[in-house]
Amino acid sequence: MVKEYLTVKEIVGPLILLQGVEGAKYNELVEVEFPDGSIGLGNVLEVEEDVVLLQSFETTSGLNIAETRVRFTGRSLELPVCKDILGRVFDGLGRPMDKGPRVIPEKKLDINGSPINPFARDYPTDFIQTGISAIDGLNPLVRGQKLPIFSGAGLPHNRIAAQIARQSGVLGETEDFAVVFATMGITFEEADFFIREFRTQAALERAVLFINLADDPAIERIATPRMALTAAEYLAYEQNMQVLVLLTDMTYYCEALREISAARKEVPGRRGYPGYLYTDLASIYERAGRIKGAKGSITQIPVLSMPDDDKTHPIPDLTGYITEGQIILSRELQRRGVYPPLDVLPSLSRLKEKGIGEGKTREDHSGLSNQLFSAYARGKEARELAVILGEAALSEEDKLYVKFSDAFEERFIRQGEYENRSIEETLSIGWELLKILPRSELKRVKEEQIKKYMEAGVSR
Amino acid sequence: MKEGYVVKVAGPLVVASGLPDPKMYDLVKVGEDRLMGEIIELRGDRASIQVYEETSGIGPGDVVISTGEPLSVELGPGLLTSIYDGVQRPLDTIMDKYGNYITRGVEEPGLSRTRKWNFRALVKVGDAVEPGDVLGTVPETKVITHRIMVPAGVEGKITHIREGEFTVEDTIAVVDSGGGDVQVSMMQKWPVRKARLYVEKRPPVEPLVTGQRIVDTFFPIAKGGTACVPGPFGSGKTVLQHAIAKWANSQIVIFVGCGERGNEMTDVLQEFPELTDPYSGEPLMLRTVLIANTSNMPVAAREASVYTGITLAEYYRDMGYDVTLQADSTSRWAEALREISGRLEEMPGEEGYPAYLGTRLAAFYERSGRVVCLGKDRREGSICSIGSVSPPGGDLSEPVTQATLRVVKVFWALEDRLAFARHFPAISWMNSYSLYLDQTEEYWGDEVDATYAALREEAMSILQREAELQEIVRLIGVEALSDQERLLMETAKSLREDFLQQNAFDDADAFTSLRKQFLLLRLIMRFHAVANQELEKGRGVEELLDLPIQEEIARAKFMPEDQLGGFDELEEELVRQLTARVEVPQARIHEPSTAVETAAEGA
Repeated sequence: MVKEYLTVKEIVGPLILLQGVEGAKYNELVEVEFPDGSIGLGNVLEVEEDVVLLQSFETTSGLNIAETRVRFTGRSLELPVCKDILGRVFDGLGRPMDKGPRVIPEKKLDINGSPINPFARDYPTDFIQTGISAIDGLNPLVRGQKLPIFSGAGLPHNRIAAQIARQSGVLGETEDFAVVFATMGITFEEADFFIREFRTQAALERAVLFINLADDPAIERIATPRMALTAAEYLAYEQNMQVLVLLTDMTYYCEALREISAARKEVPGRRGYPGYLYTDLASIYERAGRIKGAKGSITQIPVLSMPDDDKTHPIPDLTGYITEGQIILSRELQRRGVYPPLDVLPSLSRLKEKGIGEGKTREDHSGLSNQLFSAYARGKEARELAVILGEAALSEEDKLYVKFSDAFEERFIRQGEYENRSIEETLSIGWELLKILPRSELKRVKEEQIKKYMEAGVSR
Repeated sequence: MKEGYVVKVAGPLVVASGLPDPKMYDLVKVGEDRLMGEIIELRGDRASIQVYEETSGIGPGDVVISTGEPLSVELGPGLLTSIYDGVQRPLDTIMDKYGNYITRGVEEPGLSRTRKWNFRALVKVGDAVEPGDVLGTVPETKVITHRIMVPAGVEGKITHIREGEFTVEDTIAVVDSGGGDVQVSMMQKWPVRKARLYVEKRPPVEPLVTGQRIVDTFFPIAKGGTACVPGPFGSGKTVLQHAIAKWANSQIVIFVGCGERGNEMTDVLQEFPELTDPYSGEPLMLRTVLIANTSNMPVAAREASVYTGITLAEYYRDMGYDVTLQADSTSRWAEALREISGRLEEMPGEEGYPAYLGTRLAAFYERSGRVVCLGKDRREGSICSIGSVSPPGGDLSEPVTQATLRVVKVFWALEDRLAFARHFPAISWMNSYSLYLDQTEEYWGDEVDATYAALREEAMSILQREAELQEIVRLIGVEALSDQERLLMETAKSLREDFLQQNAFDDADAFTSLRKQFLLLRLIMRFHAVANQELEKGRGVEELLDLPIQEEIARAKFMPEDQLGGFDELEEELVRQLTARVEVPQARIHEPSTAVETAAEGA
């Protein structure tokens, strides 16, 4: 039974206050009929006796108090799913926008999902090869992980995200792989880039796209990532696919959240973001993972642009506390024309220890990556010193480290946008670079591995 | 059954009206799904309820049932090896019964009602007992004997006692309390927000041995102490906490994952059962309780989870055990407080946190400590609380960190700078502190070696001096240093790399006994001392710093615990190499690998 009300009392920004409502439930989906007959969606934010506070997913322009009709649907926001959603493009609320045929739903799923029982989770241990050395070699991604890209305005995070989506695969397996891609508040050009990218690489048939553009209603963005993750959960756990979810750009999502919070006059937390930002972000990011006994998995790569490249801004900060590491882009490398400009030192993949090594990638992976890390860190430090004091002030050792870090950026980090390096290639570049350093400095790699991987090549 | 109805829903906050005789912190069930909640505010007839589960679909008019009791946990055999959510629902049973997701309104008792335990009595009919007296024991796991205690408020003569296999609800004893017979079972209930009783609190005296060199040697924590670990993300905080849970020498480990990552919790849940307890050789889980409330699980249950954890800790403390409680992270707990406070429309304090944040944090940490337990035998037990904080942006001046630092005694300052350089554990030796040094120095002196305190102090001063010298090197270059200073830099580097750095994933390195810590530190300091003497004899620093012994010192941390005699040999070798006049041709010094081989052949 659908109840319709004409009792709107207040409209403030995206919020609508309704009176005299019976039987409204928290988080219930509503349809808002505009005076011109068009219909938008919204949901219940708060209900007190017969007073209901709604948030409208559409822009509220054109609404008036007298004629606006609100219908309560008795259910929460749902996404119709079936296997045919692959290859389709939807808007931010899950409505087809690619002029394709109607989706005949196999079932409808609540977009909010339920928390996975921590006991039912399986630990991510399968290495995903992205073909990008700076990620595979030093900050490897594993299946079921959530690894955000922290970027900034003007950095090529979208190209990197697209490259990851194109090249990702699990070593030695030919399983069903799907990409679920959600945009929130990005520009038409950026979205177009992705859609073309998917088309030209013939990757669209294994992708589902949810597009919310910069000029789409901001509040719709609250639902978009949840739509995408609901689709991902369906593909992963019911269709047994390995799903990679790309969410871009989470900053705009958080801003939409802040907009609602401000309109509700809630007590703001840091920088005006609501106090529940952490919990809210967790309800998105934590939908990544693997479940014991399930074949499929969900790996998440949220992209977020840090305002003013500030890592301590609440959005990257809270994200970093929920996700398992972060890939940070470097403006300095970008300026020097290095693509992909990945800042490997502050980047981190927390799950790498269990995803690499013998039987997963190669026995020397862990030691080698530690060695490269510390050598590069030292080289960069020495380089900074040289800037202040001049090259002459460096010790012989430090000069070698500087040489190493230059070579590291040129040969290890830098690679082509369509260059897909295997993990073996990545590791051998790493060993090759270590030859620059005196052997006594290689303290983090095992003796026999030096012999096997570094010197074996030299003698021949 | 006491019923009321819902009048308002705003996220996890539900306001109910018409509840007969509602009390603060009473447990209630909301709606048809019977969602669990707790009354946190009363205004006239209206009760504000924080609901521990997602409230979608709840609306005005829905039924609210009050249980008339505060949120309590069940205490008895079966706690160990369990994995609970924030309100003591067993996650494993829930998965078996309800599937992979936590559906709403799930109800499962914390302790199994069907499992039988072998109870052996320690009292006999006619004995007078008081609260805390041990009635008997149950072998709860292979390593822990569970002591069944007389519950609070029960005192009198035993009129009946049984032995054999019982469930936690069966009566095992009857106590004539003067006012009538009281039936005692193996299970007690205790409200989580109330500290369990004890006779008196005592100051901590003994260090908690964690096997982590930087902790035990430089910044020790005492049994019954409190510590705080802040960490900007990516600084290895969790690895450190896991290492302490694995290796600390307390009998019971309670690990509260409070608002943290699901995968991280899975790591704990999967790894703990496979870990071997270094002290008993049995699985570590046999003395562990895990509480997992991940960030996407309801925020109100997160708020309750630390209380659930500390109440379980107190229960084992009351049996006379040393308990380590780890809460990861208390910042998430504070955020849960803030979120709920915001929904209650309370006036916010700093950064939106409620004004009572400091009081609540202090009250939580104050529940740890070394106490004389209830019961006639006056046994002692302790709880050591280690809470992590996650300061936003690594900014330690934020309210949660500041409120925590006011109450804890140990501060392990994790720094991302160290983590970037792959220095683990990334505890800063410059910014950390421990206020338990005096107590532990005495213990080290008695148990390990009398020279410990002096050695530690000397090592610490070298590290501090290094920081100053580094500034000079940065500005003027290494040439500006005297030979003595260069040696000091080298020793400090050795201290950092060969002593402070510890690999949690390496079998030989993950745990270091106090004895080995001492020997290793002495070895490094011996190098410094002997080399210094040689410098005084007029030798140049270059010839002292390129010796194969340095590499051997670097490997000393991997020396097995049962071959600690090796340290004596190393010290002899060290003296031999440092004092030997160099006869080797110059070229060989620059080939350390050959030098190692020569040394190995010689030994």
